[in-house]
Amino acid sequence: MNDTILLMSDITKEFPGVLALENVSLDVRRGEIHAICGENGAGKSTLMKVLSGVYPHGTYTGEITFEGERAAFNSINDSEAKGIVIIHQELALIPYLSVAENIFLGNEQRGTGGLIDWNRTNSAAAELMDRVGLNENPVTHISQLGVGKQQLIEIAKALSKKVKLLILDEPTAALNDQDSAHLLDLLRQLNAQGITCIMISHKINEIAAIADRTTILRDGKTIETLDMSDPDATQNRIIRGMVGRDLEHRFPERTPEIGEEVLRVEDWTVHHPTQPERVVVENASFNVRAGEVVGIAGLMGAGRTELAMSVFGRAYGRDISGRIYKRGEEIKVHSVAEAIAHGLAYATEDRKKYGLNLIEDVKRNISAAGLGKISRRGWVNGNEELKVAEEYRGSLNIKTPSVLHLTGKLSGGNQQKVVLSKWIYTDADVLILDEPTRGIDVGAKYEIYTIINRLVAAGKAVLVISSELPELLGVCDRIYTLAFGRITGELPASTATQESLMKLMTMEKEQVQ
Amino acid sequence: MTGIATLRDLVTRNLRQSGIFIAFIAIVALFSMLSENFLSPGNITNIVLQYSYILVLAVGMVIVIIGGHIDLSVGSLVAFTGAVAATVVIRQDLPWWMGVLAAIGVGLIAGCWQGFWVAFVGIPAFIVTLAGMLLFRGATYRTLDNISLSPFGGPYYQIANGFQNGILGGRGVDVFTLVVFGIAVVGYAFAAWRGRRASVQYQQSVEAWPLFILKIVAVGVVVMWFAYQLAQSRGLPNVLILLAALIIIYTLVTQRSVFGRHVYAIGGNLTAAQLSGVKVRKVNFLIFVNMGFLASLAGVVYSSRMNGAQPAAGNMFELDAIAACFIGGAAVTGGIGRVTGAMIGGLIMGVMSNGMQLMGIDQSIQQIVKGLVLLLAVAFDIYNKRRAGTR
Repeated sequence: MNDTILLMSDITKEFPGVLALENVSLDVRRGEIHAICGENGAGKSTLMKVLSGVYPHGTYTGEITFEGERAAFNSINDSEAKGIVIIHQELALIPYLSVAENIFLGNEQRGTGGLIDWNRTNSAAAELMDRVGLNENPVTHISQLGVGKQQLIEIAKALSKKVKLLILDEPTAALNDQDSAHLLDLLRQLNAQGITCIMISHKINEIAAIADRTTILRDGKTIETLDMSDPDATQNRIIRGMVGRDLEHRFPERTPEIGEEVLRVEDWTVHHPTQPERVVVENASFNVRAGEVVGIAGLMGAGRTELAMSVFGRAYGRDISGRIYKRGEEIKVHSVAEAIAHGLAYATEDRKKYGLNLIEDVKRNISAAGLGKISRRGWVNGNEELKVAEEYRGSLNIKTPSVLHLTGKLSGGNQQKVVLSKWIYTDADVLILDEPTRGIDVGAKYEIYTIINRLVAAGKAVLVISSELPELLGVCDRIYTLAFGRITGELPASTATQESLMKLMTMEKEQVQ
Repeated sequence: MTGIATLRDLVTRNLRQSGIFIAFIAIVALFSMLSENFLSPGNITNIVLQYSYILVLAVGMVIVIIGGHIDLSVGSLVAFTGAVAATVVIRQDLPWWMGVLAAIGVGLIAGCWQGFWVAFVGIPAFIVTLAGMLLFRGATYRTLDNISLSPFGGPYYQIANGFQNGILGGRGVDVFTLVVFGIAVVGYAFAAWRGRRASVQYQQSVEAWPLFILKIVAVGVVVMWFAYQLAQSRGLPNVLILLAALIIIYTLVTQRSVFGRHVYAIGGNLTAAQLSGVKVRKVNFLIFVNMGFLASLAGVVYSSRMNGAQPAAGNMFELDAIAACFIGGAAVTGGIGRVTGAMIGGLIMGVMSNGMQLMGIDQSIQQIVKGLVLLLAVAFDIYNKRRAGTR
């Protein structure tokens, strides 16, 4: 079992002005699951791009040996021909093509005369889907499948290429707990069939659960490779290696000082925007008080985001009914502009799609929702805007060369801080943060938690929606659980456990009454 | 981040903008070598007059494009508003200003019409304005009964063909023109100085004094040379006054107003803008009303310059205006673009047409060259972006 399938030694990759990788070495043994972890910008993706030939041979220094042969890949096609397949974090499937077409895209099953043999394509696709435990019709459109199933299709696609070394970049980032667990199971099965896996992940507990060995990268350098069977290879040691400092607590301390009720929502019912007969949120009632962090836990599809967005100026759904009270008085909120005027803020779960203008600079993103505060009679005071942006860059520690830098060039964590800055600057009393730490690294997560603590210390009310239960338990004072669009429970964080929350989140539809 | 920006900083920061400036200067230099009349006072005046209406359209078009839309109807709208003005002034024999007001009124109504379908019904602007292109062309034929109306004569004719000249005398060189441009340069220098002072107060990086002064002197020299050429010819064209006012106003609107910000936000990321409280429908509606307004101004200028209204007027103007925006660095997907860029883009097209006409190059070759310039300009832009690693 100890023969090495892949050896990368002294890899150095330089971009203009940045040393992305510096003498990085990695050895992967045949048949193992090898995790690579590191903060955003540590060089994980760059290393994988070097390996898969995205950065062709010659644009980096160092040597790659795959199955005992020196490898000099000039493109992805070269590496795939040798059996190295990479599945990117953002799935590369085409929504309006069928499952089978996607699996064999670029690798079409030809029959006579070079035409595509559809029978062979579809039956081979069905076989491959069977191997990844998916029971779908091969002619189903990809757009009809959820993210979890799409991830499995990607793996099926990799299997169709006779994969020997499968690289997964953040495979569970977009998945809920159930789908993640299923995916990890599948990886173990594939592993048992002799496929070697490299998995890039932020999620420490996931790594601990599945990896045989873990290599930690930081600032473009290899820190260490841990054998996970070694009792010294603790989660804390991995975190320490990633961030370069000891993270005693993953969540900053806070003594709650809870005041008056700020927001109360009663009997909130929302219908699906295009399927009006479908109820997405049903009779939800909840409240949040000043200085309090309230969590909303629910599996994907439970209606968490839908609930939050419909409260935020009816930005989602139709036929919405229910009442919203702000400091005891009923308010009518029919548009996002009204919601902002009433002191509500909603930081989206998908910052790239819904939260930021990536082709605009940091400054203008920060001021986007609070432009009224720095303008008079419709004219913006540009200097005041700069000052505000500089203030937030300092106070939220946004790492950017300048506030005139494009937002699209920042790392995930810093983009998230820009989103938070935007909403804090509107002087909102109630901030709804939807997955505030999705896709960002451990160090930045800690910073986001600190910001949340500062907000509630200043008397704001914060609602946090999250798929990560430890996170909710770590930052919240009180947690609501959501299943099938209904609130199934309310627990104080001090007594709640992951198990008790999960039980409420997975209640069957019949039980939810 | 207080500090002094170096020349290199400035150049790299404004690469897209400065790239197009350099291209413009190169094209001017090329034609001045190829044709000795190119930089003559009379010809410089001509370039301004010949291309003014495209520049007016490009001002509105760049805002439409930043917002992520397109407007194919402006050529037809130029014809229609010109036809309305001609009906009022020539057929009804009413005063010239009533013709102008009628044209502007029709432009605003047309803008509201298209804005309604784009913003409130949600039909893509491509379709709405494609329909508008046919609609307004048809309306032009109806209004003119398929015949040309001319001449306007009188004050209406002077809008695009008149000059402010001789008010302060001068022999061979119009002093008034020089004074107006002199005041403009001083005003520019003063505004630049105030901006610099404010930036220093807010601890922003500014360019070093020598560089700052050099920049202002360079702009001053070029502008005053241009003024001197005009003054040697017929003086200050009325159209140039209109154009200058539009450029100043719309540069401010796009860069400094809340409305302008919202246009960039919508073009950059529609959903994010919506979720930041931008009233997307209202902004989209106003974008098209504004385009209608500017198309009517272009219609007035064009009909005045032609001294009449023709059923086929303004054909393909939309494409020139759109090309001006893209050559000037606007992004096809929206969210990026500048009024000044579109103006330079428009001037590049204008200078090239004029230069090639002077050299007696065949129309067909002119079209081919213009097509290639558009393609290369956008290719250069993409290359620049890739090098800068934007996306």
